Amino acid sequence: MSATQHPVIEHLMQRFPGDIVSASDFRGDLSVTVRKEALLPIGRHLKEALQFDYIVHVASADYPTERERFEVIYEVYSIRRRQRLRLKTRVSEADGAVDSLCGIWYGANFMEREVYDMMGIRFHGHPDLRRILLPDEYEEGFPLRKDFPLQGKGWRDTFDDFMTQPAPERTS
Amino acid sequence: MGPVKEEPTIARTGAGVRRPDLPLLRTEEMMLNMGPQHPATHGVLKMILDLEGERIVKATPVLGYLHRGVEKLAEHGTYHQFIPHTDRLDYVCAMYNNFAYVRAVEKLLGLTVPPRAEYLRTIVAETQRIIGHLFWLGTQALDIGAMTVFFYTFRDREILLDWFDELCGARLTTSWYRIGGVERDFTPELIAKLAKFMDEFQGKIDECNTLLDKNRIWLARTKDIAVISAEDALSFGLSGPTLRGSGVDYDLRKYEPYGAYGDVEWSVPVGRNGDTYDRYWIRIEELRESCKIIKQCLAKLPDGPYLADAPTVVLPSKDKVFTTLESMILQFKLFTQGFKAPKGDIYCGTEAHKGELGFYIISDGGSHPYRLKIRAPSFIHLGAFDHMAKGYMIADIVTIFGTYDVVMGECDR
Repeated sequence: MSATQHPVIEHLMQRFPGDIVSASDFRGDLSVTVRKEALLPIGRHLKEALQFDYIVHVASADYPTERERFEVIYEVYSIRRRQRLRLKTRVSEADGAVDSLCGIWYGANFMEREVYDMMGIRFHGHPDLRRILLPDEYEEGFPLRKDFPLQGKGWRDTFDDFMTQPAPERTS
Repeated sequence: MGPVKEEPTIARTGAGVRRPDLPLLRTEEMMLNMGPQHPATHGVLKMILDLEGERIVKATPVLGYLHRGVEKLAEHGTYHQFIPHTDRLDYVCAMYNNFAYVRAVEKLLGLTVPPRAEYLRTIVAETQRIIGHLFWLGTQALDIGAMTVFFYTFRDREILLDWFDELCGARLTTSWYRIGGVERDFTPELIAKLAKFMDEFQGKIDECNTLLDKNRIWLARTKDIAVISAEDALSFGLSGPTLRGSGVDYDLRKYEPYGAYGDVEWSVPVGRNGDTYDRYWIRIEELRESCKIIKQCLAKLPDGPYLADAPTVVLPSKDKVFTTLESMILQFKLFTQGFKAPKGDIYCGTEAHKGELGFYIISDGGSHPYRLKIRAPSFIHLGAFDHMAKGYMIADIVTIFGTYDVVMGECDR
């Protein structure tokens, strides 16, 4: 069965014509990519009409060579239907913001903060969009972007200065 | 239908009940930092508490003191190389992290695991669940002030950790699971030791439980503390005992059976009130259920290989590596280049003892994950902390924190 024949996807395509970009079914995981503008209404519809009441996680991915560089991924679950659904949307680097789904699933608050912290994607309407795992004053960028080096940047360089400079004289 | 929960005979004392109806004294609001170094935070976590007298108005967790960039590291290693990193996520329950990760990779590859391996995995995973719950029970009781329980649970935990040591050579950072199976088979001595432990274990659970379940102080400090409704718990994405305490029977071992869970008889304990006491009760019952699962699995343990027959992805066994040329070449290739995974993205959730531990992997067809996201239950549970702590007394904060069974290594990744 192709993904578009799945009842949930079929329902979404009828309810939001033109907002569904693509749908796929890989190893039994159902995912649907939607237009950025439609994320909030589709999220609300999933929660209120289709009983997707449990938020599993929010992830992000970076594709630097593509026009719409970032992807935000919401994974939701319906306890009653026993159905998992992945809701994806793409956003360009220049724009860099999507609507927050905090108002629909409370758990999205922390999860979206993590996405902001790691990938630098902002969320419109998020009540408390701050860094969460890295320090608030961290300025070296967003570590999960593909152009961020594995060994980090910025503060580690100061180690080299420390090693090459002569040791300070003892005063006691 | 799970075991029926009995209400304890001692009436509720009423201490610590959230009373939003009581007028606040309107004194000056005070901000208090709890942590990052505090014995009850089980790691390094800072909590900024806004207090009105002794009442918590707002609690803001400050995370990230143990952030090590594990998700970034995953993008730079092969699929096999990431297994030891998962040990360091939830460092008191390494086996379950390994299990969750290898299951995700197997789902991505479409790999089937031989039945004996499924049983071995289930037995060890449940042993790990017992260790995790014992650890939680001991420390939660210690935080609340019941010190004896701590000695009892750690005595039993020690036996199982020594058993792990015999199984794979490590007590905490185990890395025993492999993509396609497990690292080595059980020996007859290991099976005998585990069976002996499980025979005695029911009595040991009762020993710990009788110290607590009718204890006035324990009841006063856990009943009606940190209450959360089922609807809110789902909306916050809570899982594991924290969600089941609110009356939702969501358990991935039943909802999407994996391992040998579909072949054995067991039930999911579900709470009623969504308070700390119900979550404690669930964990005690889960100890009994784990014991049942392990006993049945040991009795049914099928014969056969413990690694899948898929030479392109599964590591060859060590005795072959040292005796045959092909296996040595294969081992070398798998460790230097890794294997190519099919293009696509999968999410695979596993019911660890803290909650749903999931791995979301995006593969671009290469030998490294393109993106690997860890759905850490501890992190998500702390998202609900403010909601669950609001209105309670400052003395309850340690109880509320303990009730999630948070480990910061997993939370901060």
